[in-house]
Amino acid sequence: MIIGLDVGGTHTDAVLLSENGLEHKIKVATDSSNLFNSVLTGLTDLLEGRDPDSINRIVISTTLTTNAIVEKNLDPVGIIVSAGPGIDPEAFRTGKHYYPVSGSINHRGRETQQVNERQIEDIALELKKAGVEYVGVVSKFCVRNPAHEILIKRILNKYFKKIFLGHHVSGNLNFPRRIATTHLNAAVFGKHKSFFEAVKASLEEKGLKVPIQILKADGGTMTLESSMQFPGQTILSGPAASIMGAIPHSEENQDTIVLDIGGTTTDFAVLVNQVPLLEPVGIRRGRYKSLIRSLRTHSKGIGGDSVIHVVDGELAIGPKREGPAMAFGGPLPTPTDALVMLGLMDMGDKAKSEAGIESIASALNLSLEDTAHKIIDTTCSMILDRARMMVDRINQKPVYTVHDFLEGYKISPEKILLLGGPAKYFAPRIQELSGIKTEVVPAFSVANAIGAATARTTCEVSLFADTEQGITNAPEEDFAEPISKSYSEDDAVETAYNLLREKALNTGADPENIDEVEVVEFQQFNIVRNFSPRGKIFRTKIQLKPGLIKGFETVCKQIERE
Amino acid sequence: MLRAANKTGLVFFPAFDWAIDPTHPEREERLLYTQDQVSEEGVFDIEGIIEYKPDMVTTDEIRRAHFCVPDENSIITESHLISAGGAIALANAVMNKEVDRGFALVRPPGHHAMRVAHGGRGFCHINIEAIMVEYLRSRYNIRKVAVIDTDCHHGDGSNDIFWHDPDVLFISLHQDGRTMYPGSGFPSELGGPNAKGYTLNIPLPPGTSAEGYLYVIQNTVMPILKEFNADIVVNSAGQDNHYTDPLTNMNFSAQGYAELTSLLKPDIAVLEGGYSIEGALPYVNLGIILAMAGLDYKGVVEPDYNPEKLKQSVSITDKIKKTADLIHSYWNKRDQLRLEAGEHGDIQTRHREIFYDTDNIFERQKERVRVCHDCGGCFEIESHATPGNHILAVHIPLNACDACIEKGYAFYDQADKHGFHRVFLQDRTKDIYEIK
Repeated sequence: MIIGLDVGGTHTDAVLLSENGLEHKIKVATDSSNLFNSVLTGLTDLLEGRDPDSINRIVISTTLTTNAIVEKNLDPVGIIVSAGPGIDPEAFRTGKHYYPVSGSINHRGRETQQVNERQIEDIALELKKAGVEYVGVVSKFCVRNPAHEILIKRILNKYFKKIFLGHHVSGNLNFPRRIATTHLNAAVFGKHKSFFEAVKASLEEKGLKVPIQILKADGGTMTLESSMQFPGQTILSGPAASIMGAIPHSEENQDTIVLDIGGTTTDFAVLVNQVPLLEPVGIRRGRYKSLIRSLRTHSKGIGGDSVIHVVDGELAIGPKREGPAMAFGGPLPTPTDALVMLGLMDMGDKAKSEAGIESIASALNLSLEDTAHKIIDTTCSMILDRARMMVDRINQKPVYTVHDFLEGYKISPEKILLLGGPAKYFAPRIQELSGIKTEVVPAFSVANAIGAATARTTCEVSLFADTEQGITNAPEEDFAEPISKSYSEDDAVETAYNLLREKALNTGADPENIDEVEVVEFQQFNIVRNFSPRGKIFRTKIQLKPGLIKGFETVCKQIERE
Repeated sequence: MLRAANKTGLVFFPAFDWAIDPTHPEREERLLYTQDQVSEEGVFDIEGIIEYKPDMVTTDEIRRAHFCVPDENSIITESHLISAGGAIALANAVMNKEVDRGFALVRPPGHHAMRVAHGGRGFCHINIEAIMVEYLRSRYNIRKVAVIDTDCHHGDGSNDIFWHDPDVLFISLHQDGRTMYPGSGFPSELGGPNAKGYTLNIPLPPGTSAEGYLYVIQNTVMPILKEFNADIVVNSAGQDNHYTDPLTNMNFSAQGYAELTSLLKPDIAVLEGGYSIEGALPYVNLGIILAMAGLDYKGVVEPDYNPEKLKQSVSITDKIKKTADLIHSYWNKRDQLRLEAGEHGDIQTRHREIFYDTDNIFERQKERVRVCHDCGGCFEIESHATPGNHILAVHIPLNACDACIEKGYAFYDQADKHGFHRVFLQDRTKDIYEIK
């Protein structure tokens, strides 16, 4: 049996799944002041009266990291950056302990300026004096050549016990995001570590010996041990869990839109042939931009509890939530009140809802009923407009080859899957307005926990080979090897595949679930100097796609039938 | 948190799968390191910098600027359509006020492509800027356009297309034609009889450094631009003036390019040449992008940048000042030059020989233009390419007067289609293109 547990902002959801389907589900309020308690309550409930040995997988998703960022509850981190030519690194300052230093690597990975070791020693002493425990080191173009980061770490080793390096974060180029991501990993490391060590200890106490898996923002899992290097990857794993929970209900060879309609916001995602789309570079939320691999999700401030106003004779819904719907004691009318008033939702205080809708109806000069219908229509239209915008934006993504320009894949959704509390009440109208088949995900209230439980391990490897310089490397994997002039396209893909396999197994993948490999990128260039060929550059990125562990597709489909 | 002072649009189309041939300077790898540098700097994350996807130009859009012989598909590839479409995507973004300015980093380039195009010359097949300018004038209410060509090679294609057009001010700064392809662009080349002084060529001696370029921009280009008062300023931003460029002999730098851009303040910049793909392009492009966006570019320097070593000699400075003064005097005399250029209503004939180095074609042209004091004048071009076709092409300009429209149709009607492979008519007043 497998366990999925998602500690969300409001609720903690947990499920126990077996070959027979959903054995048990739990929903409890999250104690945001003590997330550990929420995890423990969830698990204790789930395991009551069961043999701990029957559990062979456990996946946890938490808002621990997200909360730490939102509450600005981050540990002080020393960040050392070597930038070289380009934008002034001062623009990417992470805080008080931020040190741009000399040393430079160029776009080919060649050293153009040496590190000043003395300067690093001085900074180390200064950080030590300030009581900083965690340090991040990021050099520009370290993903082409990590030598400077490694050298700086060697100097820092004798002063600090935990040092985070930029080239371990991602194979993608983006120096400012790499700085932000390295900083995040270092700044939440302490909390992440103590939290999960406590979880691990109490699970062991209960006799649970299976290794804990942790859900990442890309909808994949990693082991607790590997999460210690990259605690930042657990950020926004909640929305990812819900999307993973929708996958069994999407169709093969079809594009599907997933809408998670909550109280305050609606989250949007796209599945292509049952695989969720990923952010091209990394998580972005408002001004915060990172290199954290993540499912591509958008969020919009519209949901069941969004406040409704009339502005210039027009309905204005959201983006704020001022409390629950009036039917449940809230201060202002919401789309949920329209549902309650029309009798579509048989809950809450109908009279209070009516009073709220009345105020809107008189401002619009419409009947109560027309007003309620208009509110529902407008809410659905706003959600659909946003979904269309997201699809357009994906289809408009810039391309860099003639081939991609002419042949690039265009998303055209044939199904909409809905999740979230108010989803089922909106489903018929969303289907009518969009003309796209719309379904509510079964057991949607715990789809997130089901998604977490069934998500497989994901990972990505970026490999770079330069036959002129005679080297192939994947700095993220601490891999570098000399190569000959005859190194070929096939060699590059094979090397990358072997690295990916190794990485997947190291981060907790089940050997049965590592065959969904995809070459995400492959580029090949001739290096020509003075009109004669000097060598080749190969660049490839391959990934273990987000998806579900084998054997649970049917189990999840069965939940549908219940 | 970086925020662009000027909202800036970027089209990045490196055409990673297109080359003239595998070891040609115009090949797949050309913008690879630029893309790496720009991605690593996080440029696309900067608030106020927006990346646009290129469009693909249509045959009709090409036909406003060119006579492609025998037809468009025979001389171009999809990459040309996307490259020109990149410039147009940005032009739309600027005109629709989505952005203040835009920079199209596209391949292949276009500024050596002339109005009659039998094939490729100077790595160019169709003229990106000219297609964009004609698009802007047809689509939006724009009359006056300035095209400032800062590529190290004379922009002889743009020079040709705008030669008779008094509504387009074309200024080219380039390495002296006696020392550099295509061997043209001398100060006396000032435009046709109906547009004298609206084409200005500023040759610079080999070894010119930032000091020389910026002197010309500040003292010649900017005052003339101000007087001309264009609706749109376009920069053909070639990057081969760089001190590491393998094809040229200049001493310009990334800092210089950035400063030039912040002085010129173009509405739209379009990448042209530039073949020092590792040592120059990543830094020059980054510098231009930051300067367009109004961001600090002081840190954008080549790893081996040494301004002392790049200093130009006193004699170069003197030569540049003399040329700049001469150009300025031509500009000031432009009305008089136009009057002296010919009698209103006369037909003037010009013979030219054009070599297509990329495709190895030799073309002979006989051009007959109506001298007109009311508009840019209509003209016909008889063109004979070896190997290739013998054609006649008639052009009626956008703001043509009635007499020139009438004369243009007379040229076209009188042409004996049996004497040529094709006879073309480009009537910009009605936006039509005919072939007989």
